[in-house]
Amino acid sequence: MADILVYAEVGSDGSADTTALELLTKARELGSVDAVALGPGASSIAEKLGEHGAGKVFVNDDDVFADYVAQPAAEALAQLVQQEQPQLVLFATNYESRDVAGRLSAKLGATLMSNATGLVDLDTAQTAIFGGSTIVDVKLEGSPKIVLVRPKSFVPEPSGGSASVEQLSVEISDDLKKAKRIERHEEAASGPRLDQAAVVISGGRGLQEPDNFKLLDELADAIGGAAVGATRAVVDAGWVPYSYQIGQTGITVKPGVYLAFGISGATQHIVGMKGSKRIIAVNKDEEAPIFQLADLGVVGDALKVLPQLIEEVKSRKG
Amino acid sequence: MNIAVCVKHIPDPNVPPEMDGKRLKRQGVQGVLDPGDEYGVEAALQLKEAQGGEVTLVSMGPSQAAEAIRRGLSMGADKGVLVTDDALAGADALVTARVLAAAIKRSGFDLVIAGVESTDGYTGTLPSTLAELLGVPGLTTTRKVVSCDGSTITVERQTADGYHVVECPLPALISVTGSVNEPRYASFKGIMAAKKKPLETLSLSDLGLDSDGVAIKQEVAELSKAEERKAGEIIEDDGAAAKRIADFLQEAKVI
Repeated sequence: MADILVYAEVGSDGSADTTALELLTKARELGSVDAVALGPGASSIAEKLGEHGAGKVFVNDDDVFADYVAQPAAEALAQLVQQEQPQLVLFATNYESRDVAGRLSAKLGATLMSNATGLVDLDTAQTAIFGGSTIVDVKLEGSPKIVLVRPKSFVPEPSGGSASVEQLSVEISDDLKKAKRIERHEEAASGPRLDQAAVVISGGRGLQEPDNFKLLDELADAIGGAAVGATRAVVDAGWVPYSYQIGQTGITVKPGVYLAFGISGATQHIVGMKGSKRIIAVNKDEEAPIFQLADLGVVGDALKVLPQLIEEVKSRKG
Repeated sequence: MNIAVCVKHIPDPNVPPEMDGKRLKRQGVQGVLDPGDEYGVEAALQLKEAQGGEVTLVSMGPSQAAEAIRRGLSMGADKGVLVTDDALAGADALVTARVLAAAIKRSGFDLVIAGVESTDGYTGTLPSTLAELLGVPGLTTTRKVVSCDGSTITVERQTADGYHVVECPLPALISVTGSVNEPRYASFKGIMAAKKKPLETLSLSDLGLDSDGVAIKQEVAELSKAEERKAGEIIEDDGAAAKRIADFLQEAKVI
């Protein structure tokens, strides 16, 4: 019976989702912590979860958790929470976990806070508003509390521990097997992963048309090891797939250098990249909010600067 | 097919937000229909046009939230329901979902449509909490409605690295992203017609909800300034900006 339960997703490559390791690292400062992993591959990530601070890992490898959206996982979690009585249940803020957490909140009558960027104690979580300029401490009541934490809010560190693994047995009724995944398609970006690249180059509406995104790919190639991202506006417009999206509802990046082309700097975008070490922004509008956080801001047309920059980088790299 | 669409009245996202004590200032702030909800209204109208039925907009908020419902009615929805009650100020996601669930159950539904998350709060769990309270499957983060024949709905569901095709029987809930369609503009005729469409205002007691069911279990304890990033060097592009950026990249040792 630990104070905190961390819901750990199994990544699409079968490894433990990095955010779960971040949550475990922080959670073990606040109290005792267990983890739960569901679906194919759950057992195989238990060791990693233990290394990051989980005392016990509850696992169930059943396909039902992957085949049907959210309902089986929420049911399993609700049963586990009733049995273990944690005070706090932690999730990553992402599409899949949000669904499970939202249903769990309804099942348990538990209050839920999303987009947390910090955890103060078992009752208090923090979030950032107004593009990250203001930190809000939110006090939560009742037990358990459900908190969803933004990826990369903490740095994962092994604790040197190891977990005991316990099979979680749960009966999933047919009533919960309705929203069925019948096809799976990947459309991941080529090149390095956005959340791991040392340099991220991203584009917004200021690039004017989808074809101009190729300039970002060319610059990424010229620099080498750079990843290409985008704002929600251009993802919604269908220019590039969702896997490019950086921001509140996309990926959070913290690269060494972030280059923003034709991005105004809506809050939605800023919260996903403001942790970057250095920021370069090119935008026509000198009033664009992105310039308030740029280390180097260029007031100008991204479509003029990009081809020149590609040539410049190529010639300097020889 | 009867479709309920959740809509939210939010402060105009193009106006910088202000605080009123520990809450977002809403009094006297220009409000709009959450742009993310226009996709939900459009999705409902397209389904109605294909199969007939009725589109009901459901919202919770102060009395001026009726403006957001009118906006959706002017796009073509049939009627609106607004739950407004002083006890709901500062409601958390669970309380909001309970209120919307009660309002939706009251009018009946085959399909509920919501935005993926609100543009002012971004909590993003309301659709799944609502689906659970209604006892129906949820196809969240829908980027395309593939088919809906009145008994089954099939959608493309956005995932972190691609999409899944997911189907479920009705009744169900879907939440839609900004990729799902291109919302129509309200025509002048639509705006005039909307003024005559039914818009019902309900209180908590009309919905039979007691104070326990809507007890708000979270509050802002403290606000503080985050460490600010300082703006650095700003230059006008006079043709030399590319060189300056390349210098910067060299200083950062990435080239």
